[in-house]
Amino acid sequence: MKVKGFSIVAAAAVLLLSGAMAMAGCPTKGVKELTGAGATFPYPLYSKMFSEYNKLCNVKVNYQSIGSGGGIRQLQELTVDFGGSVGIMDEKQKAETKAGPVLHIPTVAGAEAIVYNLPGIQRGQLKLTPELLADIYLKKINNWNDNRIKALNSGLKLPDLTIAVVHRSDGSGTTFIFTNYLSKVSQEWKDKVGFATSVNWPGDVGGKGNEGVANSVQQIPGAIGYVELAYAKQNNMAWAQLRNKAGTYVEPSLEGAALAADQPNLPDNMEVMVTDSANSKAYPITGFTWLLVYENQRDEAKADAVANLAWWMIHEGQQYALPLEYAPLKGAALKKAESLVKRIKVNGRPVLN
Amino acid sequence: MQGEPQVINRPLGRLLTRASGKLVHPDAQVINLGDRFFYTLTRGLAFCVIFLVILLVLDLFRGSWEAIRQFGLKFLVGTTWDPVARQFGTLPTIVGTIVKAFIALLLAVPISIGSAIFISFYTPKWLRPVISYPIELLAGIPSIIFGLWGLFVMVPVIRVLQVWLKANFGWFPLFNGPAVYGVGVLAGSAILAIMITPIIAAISRDILLTVPRTQIEGMLALGATKWEAIWKVALPYARTGLLGAVILGLGRAIGETMAVTMVGGNSFDLIHSLFDPVHSMASQIASEFAEATYSLYVSSLIYVGLVLFGITIIISLLAQLLLWRLSKGRIAILE
Repeated sequence: MKVKGFSIVAAAAVLLLSGAMAMAGCPTKGVKELTGAGATFPYPLYSKMFSEYNKLCNVKVNYQSIGSGGGIRQLQELTVDFGGSVGIMDEKQKAETKAGPVLHIPTVAGAEAIVYNLPGIQRGQLKLTPELLADIYLKKINNWNDNRIKALNSGLKLPDLTIAVVHRSDGSGTTFIFTNYLSKVSQEWKDKVGFATSVNWPGDVGGKGNEGVANSVQQIPGAIGYVELAYAKQNNMAWAQLRNKAGTYVEPSLEGAALAADQPNLPDNMEVMVTDSANSKAYPITGFTWLLVYENQRDEAKADAVANLAWWMIHEGQQYALPLEYAPLKGAALKKAESLVKRIKVNGRPVLN
Repeated sequence: MQGEPQVINRPLGRLLTRASGKLVHPDAQVINLGDRFFYTLTRGLAFCVIFLVILLVLDLFRGSWEAIRQFGLKFLVGTTWDPVARQFGTLPTIVGTIVKAFIALLLAVPISIGSAIFISFYTPKWLRPVISYPIELLAGIPSIIFGLWGLFVMVPVIRVLQVWLKANFGWFPLFNGPAVYGVGVLAGSAILAIMITPIIAAISRDILLTVPRTQIEGMLALGATKWEAIWKVALPYARTGLLGAVILGLGRAIGETMAVTMVGGNSFDLIHSLFDPVHSMASQIASEFAEATYSLYVSSLIYVGLVLFGITIIISLLAQLLLWRLSKGRIAILE
């Protein structure tokens, strides 16, 4: 009780201190329940956020983590109040959405580590360039003692070992972000494979979920794979340094992910994949996860509740991101997210303000 | 015994199936209101099941219509599954599913029928539950548990086995694959075999126990050894039932999803060896459905479901045919 009381006081203090940004609080129009559906990627964070929000505002938020595709379909059918997605709705999906334009409000960013299993080579020792990574996934480089890998890692003793390429076999936002990155850095990948939640992989083993990929990489000597940063950390996996767009070699980190999301030329609608960020300290395999909300709401009370919830999530809710291995919104990204929440309207009038 | 009406001993089914459900048996006067009610109730329930199957088929067709119109039967022989290019074909998955299920049968049938014979004919009565209980327990374990166990315990062992096989027998085409992966056709088949063994064993045991002791004793009295009595009398007597047990096992192997996803390797390439990673139909549907973001994609996954349904029907029909051929002029245990 004491702790709970304290957190409410703290939250209230944050609200008061933050002055100008404390323009939203709890919904006041009597809505006690909201439903959302979508991506599984942010689910651990969202369930923590929504549980705290329920304590704070007495509004119960049900979020079904059924995947981005399901979230988008349910939003289109108006069966949920908001959707969750790790990808941007494409033109066709937008056209299929009869109830008007959908705002993509970013909540947090996540990073993905390139993990490997090479005897004697520790975390952070292996260096990879985007071109090498793409060629490995295109199955053009098949052995770890390939000259191009050797040239980049002159200090390492690379074994004569076949590269086993591991990918996700289930459709996932993780794959969307990873393949989007490869499409940006390799024209050949873009032409041959492209990016989506699930693609036609040129090779090798598919693992179910992050745990499946992590397990295969840990077990198969010479394997390489991509997993969410949290998984790589929890399983003490060796991960690679990756050259980013500015030419710096960076290890995956939440700071690197946050910096990737904080770049000058973000579009106002935030419908942007921040993979391969131009920020010189950014980690390149990074992506947002978004709330999908109708810009023109039909129900005044619901709109009030959704807008307040979204505002809380991109401000006070952000404190739960780091402990759960997500990168909070920073700088430019936060500013743009704020203005998106302010665009939520009922009968042409903005809900907040 | 003598005072009771004879109709009690007649199978009710024969009594009720005459002439469009009307009760025309000479002993019809003993059918009372309760019987009539029970008959109507069970008939209703039976029609419920048929109705559900029809609904299921209709819905599968409705859901997959977009994909059927787009790809037609080419879907069945196409080898590309590319959600980005909106191109779908599912031959590798069909092959993977069937191959894995049949290898699983190959591994599971000797073990399960062997153990059923041992339990039915060689085990003293008091020891039977001690041996059969673990088998039944194994049948009740959720498949995700098998999957996790398979991934963490079985796959490393299979990897060692595969690497050894490839090193020593690599000239044999089936062993000339990526042995070091561990996950693949062999691991998938092995986990399926472990999962269907208890089912086949438990049903086979029950069937073998129904073989009349007098027949076996008669054979023994004629001077046969126990082995001969089992091989020449018990097994032929029970073979339709045993086949039924195997078919049930095959059905589970084809529809199994979770465990086989975790150890199958889930690749969309056609398999060339026992070590190649490959998807199976049920796990493909389960894996991709949630993130299928456009309608043709969803429709194609439902089409896969329809094909899987079709394969199940074909196998069950073939099994019926086989049972019918086998039981001609003999006593069928399972009808």
